[in-house]
Amino acid sequence: MLTNSHHPDAATQVEMFRRMALLKANDERSRKVVTAGRLAIPYYSYRGQEVIPAAMSVNLTDQDYLCTIYRGIHDVIAKGTPLKAVWAEIAGRVNGTCKGKGGPMHLTYPSKGVMVTTGIVGSSMPIANGLAWAAQLSGDGRVAVATFGDGASNIGAFHESLNLASVWKLPVIFLCSNNRWGEHTAYGKTTPVARISDRAAAYGMAGIHVDGNDPLAMYAAAREAVERARAGEGPTLIEAMTFRFHGHVFGDADRYMDKAEKAKWVAADPYPAFRARLIAEGLASEETLAGFEADAEAQLDEAVEYALGAEFPGLEELSTDVFGEAA
Amino acid sequence: MSDTLLAEKPAEKTAKPITVLEALNQALADAMAEDDTILVLGEDVADPEEGGVTGVTRGLSTRFGDKRVRSTPISEQAIIGAAIGASLAGYKPVAEIMLMNFTTVAMDMIVNHAAKLRYMSGGQTNVPIVIRTMTGAGFSTGGQHADFLEAWFAHTAGIKVVIPSNSADAYGLMRSAIDDPDPVLFVENMPNYWTPYPRFDPGHRVPIGKARVAAEGSDITIVSYARMMNEAQGAAARLAESGISVELIDLRTIAPWDQETVLASVAKTGRCLVVHEAVVPFGVGAEIAAVVSEKLFGKLKAPVGRVGAPFNPVPFSKPLEDAHIPNAARIADAALALVKGHSN
Repeated sequence: MLTNSHHPDAATQVEMFRRMALLKANDERSRKVVTAGRLAIPYYSYRGQEVIPAAMSVNLTDQDYLCTIYRGIHDVIAKGTPLKAVWAEIAGRVNGTCKGKGGPMHLTYPSKGVMVTTGIVGSSMPIANGLAWAAQLSGDGRVAVATFGDGASNIGAFHESLNLASVWKLPVIFLCSNNRWGEHTAYGKTTPVARISDRAAAYGMAGIHVDGNDPLAMYAAAREAVERARAGEGPTLIEAMTFRFHGHVFGDADRYMDKAEKAKWVAADPYPAFRARLIAEGLASEETLAGFEADAEAQLDEAVEYALGAEFPGLEELSTDVFGEAA
Repeated sequence: MSDTLLAEKPAEKTAKPITVLEALNQALADAMAEDDTILVLGEDVADPEEGGVTGVTRGLSTRFGDKRVRSTPISEQAIIGAAIGASLAGYKPVAEIMLMNFTTVAMDMIVNHAAKLRYMSGGQTNVPIVIRTMTGAGFSTGGQHADFLEAWFAHTAGIKVVIPSNSADAYGLMRSAIDDPDPVLFVENMPNYWTPYPRFDPGHRVPIGKARVAAEGSDITIVSYARMMNEAQGAAARLAESGISVELIDLRTIAPWDQETVLASVAKTGRCLVVHEAVVPFGVGAEIAAVVSEKLFGKLKAPVGRVGAPFNPVPFSKPLEDAHIPNAARIADAALALVKGHSN
């Protein structure tokens, strides 16, 4: 159970909001750029889920590892990957993080600990275990975070990974954003347990069920898991409840979603709620927060134009990076 | 193109033979002693679990500690995932998937991740892992324990596939696989684990991607690998009795295969027969036959032939299993047909 003993100080809360502002603006800009036909990419909107990466990332260092998924650009940006490099990558340009060879579903940026972004549901977890194993062997105090959605908790790799992490007591955090939808199918049709976090008990692992749209609760959950991992006390499964405001992939009109449920979640959008609370409690001024938003837009203006004006990789890149030079 | 590594220092070889299993154990031990980033993981691999079901990793955890040699749960995806993740952080894991059929359980990790992370990251990350696995018919294990699936992996860009046929190659290829900066699938042929072969020099390496001309000849080139080399050698002896001279090539690496050596040989002999234990359709033989036909069209004295298992699962019943596995007689018959039926 969550102890709720961790409370972010004012500066941390403001920093969490700053990151959320950037993530929200980035998602809105992404959809705008795709809608305008300036980019043709598979895009998985994370709008509505910004609290989780913001609260997790403020508890991590650049040395900590992240393995995320196709709906994980917010994780990648929150971890500190430069926006220009991200945009150049999703635009397939040579100056992108991966020389344009990964794209929006395969972002990598090791200098900020972004080791893998995967397009395969559930596959972030087995690899995060290995990174955590390396940290355990090296004794360098790093933690590894695997992010995934609720649908991933039904693939075999989830169960294999939790079991191995627990038996090896790895410094790994399994961070599930439960947005109630696995592609087009509702949670209840695919998952027989009310809470994914309950599955932690089956592996002798700490499980935390948390409101992933509540910045304070999410911060506390992330903090507790990171401290447990750094202390050598093993892995944690966090189930962060949230909701995605758009369809599975951009262009999907989400007709399968329950309209009333969606309306309820959108009305409870965590972004304006957190913004209003920071001002109401005197933790930040309207000017400060508006400044973050304006800065995010300015960064995006620059990043998008940088990316769309950049060169595509030369065709010689087609067959490089398949293998390295043999020793 | 012959194995100069072995030929260079014959004086250091001792008379006492060494089995493939011992050679693999020695390769792992020598590599681990030299480089403490090398890790071993897999089901039963540590000493309390007897160093693996056949004992390839026996003694390693006692010598190098249970942090570096870890027995895992029966969780193939978790094994390969842990190896990949540790390799991304600078370690060099050697992961065992006990049997080749069980690699199917971990295909996502092998094919979508290990093989592709270098490319998809634009060269920022790489996956220097070795995946050891064993297979081979002959033990009446039925349809799910003895398949040769090397063509599946050879068909995936980003992973190398090696298959030794003898102790020296097992040692030398393992050392090269561990040194390699990319994932290498290392296929061990269970039926010849306990076969003694000539000893090799300590530290000896066999480069990945280089075939070995095991015997020189002039009438037909037989290309094979793994335990089928023994059968091909038997076939060559039979053919010699009929006055047919066989050039025998041990491919040693399936991906990337040594086109230069094979093409040079077939250009000389004018005939090519590819022999493997895997089923024939869509197999390694198909790729070799296609390349040889394309590159040497007009110079071939006969169509490229293939000998492999028939297109059925490995059967259990002994007479059926025996009939499934290619043998010297079948290879000799196929070679004879190519030489007699199509000679100019």
